[in-house]
Amino acid sequence: MTTITADGHIDDHAHDADHKPAFFQRWFMSTNHKDIGTLYLIFAIVAGIIGGAISGLMRLELAEPGIQYLQMWATAHNGMMGGGEASMDEAYHLWNVLITAHGLIMVFFMVMPAMIGGFGNWFVPLMIGAPDMAFPRMNNVSFWLLVPAFLLLFGSTFVPGGSGLGAGTGWTVYAPLSTSGSVGPAVDMAILSLHLAGASSILGAINFITTIFNMRAPGMTLHKMPLFVWSVLVTAFLLLLALPVLAAAITMLLTDRNFGTTFYDAAGGGDPVLYQHLFWFFGHPEVYIMILPGFGMISHIVSTFSRKPVFGYLGMAYAMVAIGVVGFVVWAHHMFTTGMSVNVKMYFTAATMVIAVPTGIKIFSWIATMWGGSMSFKTPMMWALGFIFMFTVGGVTGVVLANGGIDDNLHDTYYVVAHFHYVLSLGAVFSIFAGFYYWFPKMSGRMYNELLGQLHFWIFFIGVNILFFPQHFLGQQGMPRRYADYPEQFAYWNQISSIGYAVMLVGVVIFFINIGYSLFAGRKAEGNYWGEGATTLEWTLSSPPPFHQFETLPQIK
Amino acid sequence: MAVATALSGKNRRSAMMAGAMGLGMLGLGFAAVPLYEVFCRVTGYGGTTQRVGEAQAATVQATTRVMAIRFDSNVNSALPWSFKPEQAVDHVTVGARDMAVYLATNNSDQPVVGTATFNVTPLLAGQYFNKIQCFCFSEQLLKPGETMRMPVLYYVDPAILDDPETKDIKEITLSYTFYRSTDEQAVDAGKGDS
Repeated sequence: MTTITADGHIDDHAHDADHKPAFFQRWFMSTNHKDIGTLYLIFAIVAGIIGGAISGLMRLELAEPGIQYLQMWATAHNGMMGGGEASMDEAYHLWNVLITAHGLIMVFFMVMPAMIGGFGNWFVPLMIGAPDMAFPRMNNVSFWLLVPAFLLLFGSTFVPGGSGLGAGTGWTVYAPLSTSGSVGPAVDMAILSLHLAGASSILGAINFITTIFNMRAPGMTLHKMPLFVWSVLVTAFLLLLALPVLAAAITMLLTDRNFGTTFYDAAGGGDPVLYQHLFWFFGHPEVYIMILPGFGMISHIVSTFSRKPVFGYLGMAYAMVAIGVVGFVVWAHHMFTTGMSVNVKMYFTAATMVIAVPTGIKIFSWIATMWGGSMSFKTPMMWALGFIFMFTVGGVTGVVLANGGIDDNLHDTYYVVAHFHYVLSLGAVFSIFAGFYYWFPKMSGRMYNELLGQLHFWIFFIGVNILFFPQHFLGQQGMPRRYADYPEQFAYWNQISSIGYAVMLVGVVIFFINIGYSLFAGRKAEGNYWGEGATTLEWTLSSPPPFHQFETLPQIK
Repeated sequence: MAVATALSGKNRRSAMMAGAMGLGMLGLGFAAVPLYEVFCRVTGYGGTTQRVGEAQAATVQATTRVMAIRFDSNVNSALPWSFKPEQAVDHVTVGARDMAVYLATNNSDQPVVGTATFNVTPLLAGQYFNKIQCFCFSEQLLKPGETMRMPVLYYVDPAILDDPETKDIKEITLSYTFYRSTDEQAVDAGKGDS
């Protein structure tokens, strides 16, 4: 990356830039990109706790074969709504509700708000030397759309959705399960929740595109732009092109459910497979939406802690563009088992494997960045290294699954679950943690505790590997996903997987202790606490940055 | 001030363009419905059969290959009909036209309208299975207790023998599923007749 140096005298006017509005105005009517970013991060943490707790329930039930707790939970869930003892069908429905909620919460309310809303809002304007986002009030609308979206999804679990309370359709909301298979308002509420979350992201995407194209500091050409900004730019375009297709698809689901249309109903000449095509035309770019900002953050972190500019800056930027473009033409690899001809399978297999090329460019460039660098293994760097390892493992199983022939066998097994948790739960989440430790002192003005950070990393790293690696074996032995129960033969690795969850949980507790400790007792952080390796514009400001920054635009040489 | 105004104009233009992209994709999302239908019809995707006119059917030369055509019938549980093919299997020469007959009976004491969906398996055979005439997708009204003969006039395109993916096919199953029509007006019209 081109080294960016700003004129040194930008914060002389900070005395008057730090005037903050009163509490309610500041946090509920916020138009400040840093405050909105903070709101997004808090929202993502809350959603992450809920989504993570749900996966804890699932691992608890799956720790042993048979149904241990599910019926009890379903009865308790019924009891909240004044219902009685839950039947077995209601218990199984609750399982479907849990997997649905876990998926939707983690995708739409944890990873996306943290990466794009949180770090994107905080650091895109800082890194390009802009005073704020292009449309601060629209930014506020984006955030506050997310809150009712989450409440709708949460509320949906308390109303009927078919054989029990809540929407039990899986995060993919496939028809006909989501249409004729789920009577009751729960699925309608979940669909509206997706509409709102989608609208929020589309507005955010428009805001980012406008900001990045028009508000870069004088002298910062696109080819001098920090890689995180590149990653958010590509992500914003993916959001803008993919989410409206989801909106169209789920709007048709709504009309099929409520207004007698038959877009996905064979009885009226529709086709449920059409829904799958539309969903995955959105769904595949969506997985890149969740990982690309992580790629951007990892580039900065690896470069900072190797004290070297990123290797192959332009290659890194255009690799992300390539991943974004190719990501739109591979969607049917999620649908290999819907009866495609050999030629169609061949195309989608080959196109999918092509993605390994730009991804490989990124992995090798990160390694080349470290090569010969003066490395230090601070917490953010550990998370970045963990990310590279995890993402590579998930990438390798991805290349395996890309094969249409192998996918026939592994489709909807735990192998797939292991694969996408290695790239998302571990890839995306590791990059979020990396970014969090990297920028936490910049955002809060307080250093985190290094020992607790390291402890968090190692325990979490070991935990998630124990949790997810055995799921590869389960999948290869044929254990299907989305079931609450399994035969005795799968007991061994399931138990180990559940133990892994407990280990990971300890790591998460340390994370929260660290946040609490640092906010109250952390050492005050100076402007550039990482030293000479940190070269982007946010390091020219104080920690935390003034309420309004860059009123005199920095000059990029 | 002038700089700020220029920037806000530029921002508005960028946002408009980005918004237009979003709206365009939303439109494409809905346009996918008719496009998908055309795609299935043209390629025979998902076992979609082809429709041909008399004139085109008359030009086809029969071959010497014989194929088994099986007839499958299904009735959605909401429809009080019985629905069966007259014979379960026919042996036809590829390229020669053949007539199959399905029998549908309304077992209820109400006039009921049904519509059928159909496809063939193997799915890849869809683009070579040509129907000249059939009850296919038109709505069928059956009075209480009435039985109707529903003929299908079809042939298998000899091109199926030239396609490396389909030349090994020895048996094609034509499947129909009858659903209760959601079109209430058709039912009301039927009541008026009886």
